[in-house]
Amino acid sequence: MNDMSKDANPVIPDTIYIDGHEIPFTQGQTIMDAAFAAGIYIPHLCHRPGLTPHGSCKLCTVDIHNRIAASSATDRRTHTKFAVDADSRSVSACTTPAAAGQQISSNTPELNEVRKTITQMLFIEGNHLCPSCEKSGDCTLQAVAYHLGMLDGHFPQFFPRREVDASHPTVMLDRDRCILCELCVRASREMDGKNVFAIAGRGTSAHLIVNSPSGTLADSGLETGDMAVHICPVGAILIKEHGYEVPIGRRTFDLHQVGEIGLEKVVLAKARHIDE
Amino acid sequence: MSNAKNKLRIATTSLAGCFGCHMSFLDMDERLVELLEHVEFDRSPLTDIKHCNPCDIGLVEGGLCNADNVHVLREFRRNCKILIAVGACAINGGVPAMRNHFSLRSCLEESFLNGVGVENPQIPGDVELPLLLDKVRPIHEAVQIDYYLPGCPPSADEFLSVLGDLLAGREPALPKKLIHYD
Repeated sequence: MNDMSKDANPVIPDTIYIDGHEIPFTQGQTIMDAAFAAGIYIPHLCHRPGLTPHGSCKLCTVDIHNRIAASSATDRRTHTKFAVDADSRSVSACTTPAAAGQQISSNTPELNEVRKTITQMLFIEGNHLCPSCEKSGDCTLQAVAYHLGMLDGHFPQFFPRREVDASHPTVMLDRDRCILCELCVRASREMDGKNVFAIAGRGTSAHLIVNSPSGTLADSGLETGDMAVHICPVGAILIKEHGYEVPIGRRTFDLHQVGEIGLEKVVLAKARHIDE
Repeated sequence: MSNAKNKLRIATTSLAGCFGCHMSFLDMDERLVELLEHVEFDRSPLTDIKHCNPCDIGLVEGGLCNADNVHVLREFRRNCKILIAVGACAINGGVPAMRNHFSLRSCLEESFLNGVGVENPQIPGDVELPLLLDKVRPIHEAVQIDYYLPGCPPSADEFLSVLGDLLAGREPALPKKLIHYD
């Protein structure tokens, strides 16, 4: 995974600019990687250092300003007949490679307002009733919402009906709180070598499925020690019988802000081969 | 009562809530005495006044679970210059909204027909009972809300902070550290 550093050729440090700060980066790093290493927080939900970036939650959307670094051959807006401001473009920081000289805006009122709207949509689309959720206080969705100053859901609540899977002896799956970030999907595939989870369906019907003969967790190879069990940023995948070992008020985001760098554990596990 | 005219008039109500937000409001303890120098209560469970008169501030706890809730909420909106959604239930339906997973009929059957220890099972249908809404709803889906005070419940400090801001003519704001949904 970290072949870069073992390479005989020395890596060339270079610089991007986030909100005016000079940020060094090494070739191969994404904007998110470089920001993270420099202690700059870009809000995100579907990203975890060490897993393949997914770019789906869009909370890490940043604007790249200078034209040369912003446009690429695949920027189809330059081919449209409509006038577009191709001088700046919005990208996901977690999937966009850092390139020398990029002038990036991240912590701006405009972007934070868009991020808040995205977070509000995540809240109203599921059933996120914090007072009844045992993840409250350790939930990254909640912490990001605090960070963005979200006070209400703004949009009409969907109140969807989603299935709970309590079949597994030690792990439960409450789809009400799933935000489809695919962290568990990737952790199971890339780290646990099991491929237990996947997303099925489209649009508002998209939902987390379990890869087992019966479609339930009990039938899958999921174990309590798996990274897929621990990586859920919300209260969708929970370990049974441990929900209240840390009391409300003493939990991670009761004591810290989500923007504090270092709260998020970096995945250290080496990818397991399928027949290991 | 000579300066009663200068006092802010506050109405409060609990709709589909548990009165926990009201209890938390009272947690300001002796600071309530100081607060009462500056505010007076109109319609509220604290005064037992039954209908809302023109007020400066309305504090609404709880979401909408029945027709009466909607009626009361509209009365508050008509009479209050500033309406504040207080607590998780007012803001997104909260714990009462967990019944939205089930049909209203199955909720009623579970409570009044099939529940443990039910005697003389029948679903109440008296005309005086407000009709239940199909789903529990947050209050901003029915009326315009001016400010939101999240928390389950918001702490007494948060109530005092918001009222202090309004008394001073400032836009109510809370430090991010105080914002919590649980």
